[in-house]
Amino acid sequence: MAKQRIKFTFPQELITTPVIYELGIRFSVVTNVRRADVREGVGWVILEIEGDESQIQNGLDWVTEMGVRVDSVGGDIVEG
Amino acid sequence: MSYVKGLFCRECGREYPAEAINACDFCFGPLEVIYDYDSIKKIISRDRIASGPNSIWRYHDLLPADIENAVDINAGMTPLIRSHNFAKSLGLENLYFKNDSVNPSFSFKDRVVAVASTKALEFGFDTLACASTGNLAGSVAAHAARAGMRSFVFIPADLEPGKILGSAVYGPNIMAVDGSYDDVNRLCSEIADNYPWAFVNINMRPYYAEGSKTLGFEVAEQLGWKAPDNCIVPVASGALLTKIWKGLNELASLGLIDPVKTKMFAAQAEGCSPVVTAFDANSFNVRPVKPNTIAKSLAIGNPADGYYALRTIEESIGGAWAVREDEVADGIKELAEKEGIFTEPAGGVVIGALKHLVETGQIKPSETTVAYITGNGYKTQEVVQDIVRPNLIKPTMSSFESSMKL
Repeated sequence: MAKQRIKFTFPQELITTPVIYELGIRFSVVTNVRRADVREGVGWVILEIEGDESQIQNGLDWVTEMGVRVDSVGGDIVEG
Repeated sequence: MSYVKGLFCRECGREYPAEAINACDFCFGPLEVIYDYDSIKKIISRDRIASGPNSIWRYHDLLPADIENAVDINAGMTPLIRSHNFAKSLGLENLYFKNDSVNPSFSFKDRVVAVASTKALEFGFDTLACASTGNLAGSVAAHAARAGMRSFVFIPADLEPGKILGSAVYGPNIMAVDGSYDDVNRLCSEIADNYPWAFVNINMRPYYAEGSKTLGFEVAEQLGWKAPDNCIVPVASGALLTKIWKGLNELASLGLIDPVKTKMFAAQAEGCSPVVTAFDANSFNVRPVKPNTIAKSLAIGNPADGYYALRTIEESIGGAWAVREDEVADGIKELAEKEGIFTEPAGGVVIGALKHLVETGQIKPSETTVAYITGNGYKTQEVVQDIVRPNLIKPTMSSFESSMKL
């Protein structure tokens, strides 16, 4: 089992869609929200995802396809 | 000795021992160093600092690593240059350039890596690592060489070989990752989780970032122990801006300077300006972007400290400006022609922002303004290649003199 700490940034049109719920159902991963800020125009959620490594990756690919921006919690590591 | 008491989470406040960790286990918020300021206050003075080494280590009481074992390639104490020509053209009376492009590996990264590498040795690591497209890689490789540590530098495989020459010379293991920047980010996170290495901006990040405070300390000391009215700072992750502010305020809280009224201004290039975009939207929600800028050293689309940079701007009643991409090279040339300083694109961004802030009246003529020049232009010569237009002459006096008439 693998764990990943991820930040989802939602565009306005997806704020009312239960993306995290569907992610758990479709890919058999456990999602655990640690911090979030969801408003009318934009929202982000920081969560831990636990599950099979390939399922996590498939799930994150699906979330990305849905239009959610997926980033690491710690920000970009590659610096100038 | 260092006066570190531990770490605390910047989001939930939970405390941790001073270990090689960077995120809160509970809320995943970033960790920050806690100092024993009561003990520091008893011993610190302007004289104590001034009698210290001519490097960042003169401020060791306010850094999270022991000076006794410092990995020191002489980072810091770079010139604070009073501007004449640029100041005159802008109508400013007290403009200064903090020329950090003359650090040992030619960028401000030497400040943060000096602290991170020293702390890494304290923790018993034998390997220093980073992911970088330039400045950070050079600094990590140089400090690792000095410390006798092994080093690993991760780069995207499509990075031009010349970009990494200034790192390769120090003998690191360079790992070219066949993938996008996002792939490099992901891989490095995984490696940091699985290898007992000191990744300077991952598990060393709380200590690493503290090195940037010295850019606040030095400017205050060089101005005769006072904080400037305005600081213009290039923003990538956002940590530099927040730490300069923290450094100035630490000096004030310890009674070494008067209370700080400095306005902090963030400068980004339009092709990667998530912090400025949030500032313009009057929001603290930094939306990650895909960078597309010639200012590669500022190309961080998902800035770890973007939120905190915005908080600092608000607290200091400062501002933020994104410079047009075509203005960046103009800024480089103008700084070189007016002041004799050759900067990389990040400096061009700072110059563009400086001009905007003066034109819009956000910076007043009599105020003391410091523009931070954080990297050297010799690393990014291709950006200003078009200026090389020599007058071709024959080896005769007549050819020379007729050329002069032109």
